Amino acid sequence: MGDCTTCHTAGPATPFAGGNPLATPFGTLFSTNITPDVKSGIGNWSAEAFRRAMRDGVSRNGKHLYPALPYEHFTHVTDGDLDALYAFFMTRRAVSTVQPANALYPPLGFRPLLAGWKMLFLHKGVWQPTPARSEQWNRGQYLVEGLGHCGGCHTPRNLLGGEKRSQAYDGGLAEGWVAPAISARSPAARAWTADRLYVYLRTGIDMNHAAAAGPMGPVAHNLARAPDADVRAIAVYVASLMASSPGATVLSAPSIDRSTLAAREFPAGAALFAGGCSGCHGPGAPMMQQGRPALSLGSPLHEDDPRDTIQIILQGLQPPVGAPGPYMPALADNFTDVQVGAIAAYVRACYTDKPGWTNLPKAVAKARKEGNQP
Amino acid sequence: MTLTLTVNGRNYAIEAAPTTPLLYVLRDDLSLNAAKYGCGLGQCGACTVQVDGKAVFSCLTPIAALEGRAIRTVEGLGSAEKPSPLQAAFATEQAAQCGYCTAGMIMRAQALLDTTPHPSEAEIRTHMDTNLCRCGTHMRILRAIHRAAGSTPESGA
Repeated sequence: MGDCTTCHTAGPATPFAGGNPLATPFGTLFSTNITPDVKSGIGNWSAEAFRRAMRDGVSRNGKHLYPALPYEHFTHVTDGDLDALYAFFMTRRAVSTVQPANALYPPLGFRPLLAGWKMLFLHKGVWQPTPARSEQWNRGQYLVEGLGHCGGCHTPRNLLGGEKRSQAYDGGLAEGWVAPAISARSPAARAWTADRLYVYLRTGIDMNHAAAAGPMGPVAHNLARAPDADVRAIAVYVASLMASSPGATVLSAPSIDRSTLAAREFPAGAALFAGGCSGCHGPGAPMMQQGRPALSLGSPLHEDDPRDTIQIILQGLQPPVGAPGPYMPALADNFTDVQVGAIAAYVRACYTDKPGWTNLPKAVAKARKEGNQP
Repeated sequence: MTLTLTVNGRNYAIEAAPTTPLLYVLRDDLSLNAAKYGCGLGQCGACTVQVDGKAVFSCLTPIAALEGRAIRTVEGLGSAEKPSPLQAAFATEQAAQCGYCTAGMIMRAQALLDTTPHPSEAEIRTHMDTNLCRCGTHMRILRAIHRAAGSTPESGA
């Protein structure tokens, strides 16, 4: 539920042993070893020390932890759940590791600065239920605001990297991808009902929207194995966040296809799409016959920022090795920056009624760099 | 429409629609039949060739994207008489059963060896992940890549 493994596991042989690089706007951090190894892990941490790290962002040795560990959210988790997590980690296989050094821009390597950051952005307090709401909604809110730390990506951050609480869930950035708004500002063309969200979170794809891509992929993969009632509760709460978005009342907006018009405007992109993409995404393609969502239904093409469209063309959709899931081949090496830009311009014109994106080749070059970061 | 493609160092004037996948041009126009049509959807890797040194699915690469870019197929690596080191390693390890995936496997592996002459077991496996072999020759393919790189597979791999 908390996706701990996504950051704290670098390879299948060393679960929870850390060492995964995380690129942030402030430099590169490496996740830590949370196996019970005494020297390199948390083997000699007490339950109390573990709780303090999760709630206050303070390591056992008293040093401040960077908020890449989302203690802004974990601070809301109950004692019972933190103790259960502690018991789980302390019974994993101990793995001894050498912790790589973080590469942060000066002066951010100086941890006492984090005390100020916490004063501004860490709002402590265990989550409290809203009696007027259903038990399911409350359970969902507890999971989303706490362990799930959905706002870590879906809420925009200020210049200091703190979440803008006044714009909660209005969409943020994560690892070179846009995490779309899941609030009243959701760009979805069709409504995200609780049922649709449930299917999406559980399977990684919903036929009325699109497949989970980029950093959302591992989230869906982990939620596929979470308790059913919890995923339903999350769906109910998140659907309520989007209840007043423009698409919220539109159960089945017809999909848009303006290919003739778009091909006249962007002939180069149309040709590349016809030869490179339409085998799956074109009308009548085998994939479309299976009822896979049309491109016009996914959020990426509707966002103001072309980043997600570009990243999906470059990186495709890669399910975890050996796991089932929606797949798209990476096309980064098939097309140049100009060509990826031409495809993006064409699909935007063909499958949405939004104004065209500008400076696409430059955005592609930037996306390649951000996508390749550790 | 005429397009100029550079394949294995030679320029060819191709008379075809710009949307035509490279795979069709290689096989139908240039009689370079090593790359195979498997799925046509970028899911199997049988059509893998190199563009500018990177392994790509030729079934998903329209020729409109390829003017001025260097295309390399297995025919450009070596011949039956004079195989490249990687081709020779595939032969020595008998790393083919039906052979349908082999040309794609070799081109993808060669792209790795060109940038990483001594890849680790994990690097090889990650890199080769997109190419499927239905006969189950994967262990021999891994051994062949290791042989060409002058390394030995990790035990238990």
